[in-house]
Amino acid sequence: MFGDTVYLDNSAGTRLDERVLEAMRPYFFDTYAVATSEFGYSMGIEAREGLDRARGSLARRLGAQTEEFIFTSGSTESSNMALKGVALALGEKKGKHLVTSRIEDFPVLNTAAALGKQGFRVTVLEVDAEGLIDPAAVEEAIEPDTILVSIQHANQEIGTVQDIESLAGICREREVLFHTDATHAFTRLPLDVSTIPVDLVTVSGHTIHGPKGVGGLYVRTGTPLVKWMDGGFQEFDHRAGVEDIPSAVGFAAAAELVTEEETERIRGLRDRLLDRALAHIPYVTLNGHRTRRLPQNANITFHYVEGESITLHLDMRGFAVSTGSACFSRSLEASHVIMGIGGDHERAHGSVRFTLGRYNTQEDVDGVVDAITEVVRELRVISPLMPAGEKER
Amino acid sequence: MAFPYSDKVLEHFRNPRNVGTIENPDGKSTEGSPACGDMVAVFIKVNDETKVLEDVKFESYGCASNIATGSIITEMAKGKTLSEAKKITWKQASEELGGLPPLKSHCSVLAVEGLRAAIRDYEEKHGLIEERVPTTVDVIKKRLRHVMNPLRGLDVVRTDLIKDIRFEDGVVHIVADLPADHQFAAVIKADIAEKIERLWDVKEVHIDFAG
Repeated sequence: MFGDTVYLDNSAGTRLDERVLEAMRPYFFDTYAVATSEFGYSMGIEAREGLDRARGSLARRLGAQTEEFIFTSGSTESSNMALKGVALALGEKKGKHLVTSRIEDFPVLNTAAALGKQGFRVTVLEVDAEGLIDPAAVEEAIEPDTILVSIQHANQEIGTVQDIESLAGICREREVLFHTDATHAFTRLPLDVSTIPVDLVTVSGHTIHGPKGVGGLYVRTGTPLVKWMDGGFQEFDHRAGVEDIPSAVGFAAAAELVTEEETERIRGLRDRLLDRALAHIPYVTLNGHRTRRLPQNANITFHYVEGESITLHLDMRGFAVSTGSACFSRSLEASHVIMGIGGDHERAHGSVRFTLGRYNTQEDVDGVVDAITEVVRELRVISPLMPAGEKER
Repeated sequence: MAFPYSDKVLEHFRNPRNVGTIENPDGKSTEGSPACGDMVAVFIKVNDETKVLEDVKFESYGCASNIATGSIITEMAKGKTLSEAKKITWKQASEELGGLPPLKSHCSVLAVEGLRAAIRDYEEKHGLIEERVPTTVDVIKKRLRHVMNPLRGLDVVRTDLIKDIRFEDGVVHIVADLPADHQFAAVIKADIAEKIERLWDVKEVHIDFAG
């Protein structure tokens, strides 16, 4: 039904790779037992081995030890686990202060806000016009009772990549735990916890052609973390509940399929999209940093037009993209990221995010630029904001 | 496909009718602002004898429901007398379009308000306001609800930007909670003046910034 759709919303979710499905299949129909201890029955032991192999593979991708990788139901759970887990562990012992940034994704932002209502103090740092956090601001925000700093690896909307190495280094020096939400950067950008002193890392399968509903949290050995969902002793007693082995195996398979060559191909397509769009369409603003940017992300504001109208017109022409416009969201709120980089409502309303994945081709990116050039021109003709005399451009 | 929009909304969105401006219009209005995400401008041409709307045109910066409502309302209003056109409601426009998502009522109601405001503009210019309701602070407040606060995307009254309103001997004094050198001060001032000056018994409008 959507065979012809050119899908450019890969940061929201991706098409599953068939090879991922094949890797998962045996754990649905053959080795379907729950993971048992090595003293259990054969099928359970084999299921356990499958889970461990997946865990080991994902841990290695981060430069971590196998037992430091905890499977979760996705980024939202991982970030909840990190922030609430540390807050529960250190709230009484060390302090009740957390530091994060204004442009974090909702799992971090709203978990921090929820802790704020439970007696924790949250410092929300500003970012610059390109979305970068000043490491000095983090240094300055740390107080004696600070227990955790949570700054994302790369931004979900504008793709800006933070200087994680400096940020983690500062936190380590000040003896404060550091969490990073790497949902959009994982496998596409290097992150090695054996060289970067980050304590907790959120990752997810849904952004890399793996299944939705599976993610992980890297937990450095010795990190104080209280379990926030009670039940059994699975996942080294960090996360209760029957393990979703097919999804864990799928997540690992998906991560293994992401190669540097592929990422470079995607970066090339993204650059082509940006170069053509910025050169051919007047009154546009690039949102985010030009180079310190996720390879799969492009985000452009088309001034004088509103994003929901753009996305609907593009949908009618077979292209799927997203926008930071208030009209597009369920909450009718403009993108907090565009507002966070100093943009106004008009800039947020006219912003369009294109995120590329494995299945996109040069034809796709050329097609979407051609289509959006036309759509924006048409919408500007009817826009009262477009300066008269410029409408036919 | 379960789009929230009816086929007719999508059709009007794709091919909006009566788009553009009218040179030397007999009445015009601008409702909403870029900050609130939707803006609509309405232009009308009126037959002075018959008071029939000979032409209605609109421009829209907004989402699909805003564009579609602007399109349908211009179609509905054309050929009607001013008093008939004034009575067109959002509900009628919405029904004509086969229904609009309730979440988007804000975006679509702007077009209806825009048409009414353009007619009021014509009537005020031609001294046709029948009931001359004396201006009060409440009347001023009601008008200020059509001035957007670009910082918040909502109107200046709802966002508590207006600190004080006084009306004495035809002179309106408004105090806004914003520094005078604020980037939006001039825009807000011009917008307030435009909305208030036209009241029949208002001679002067003074806007002070005290932020």
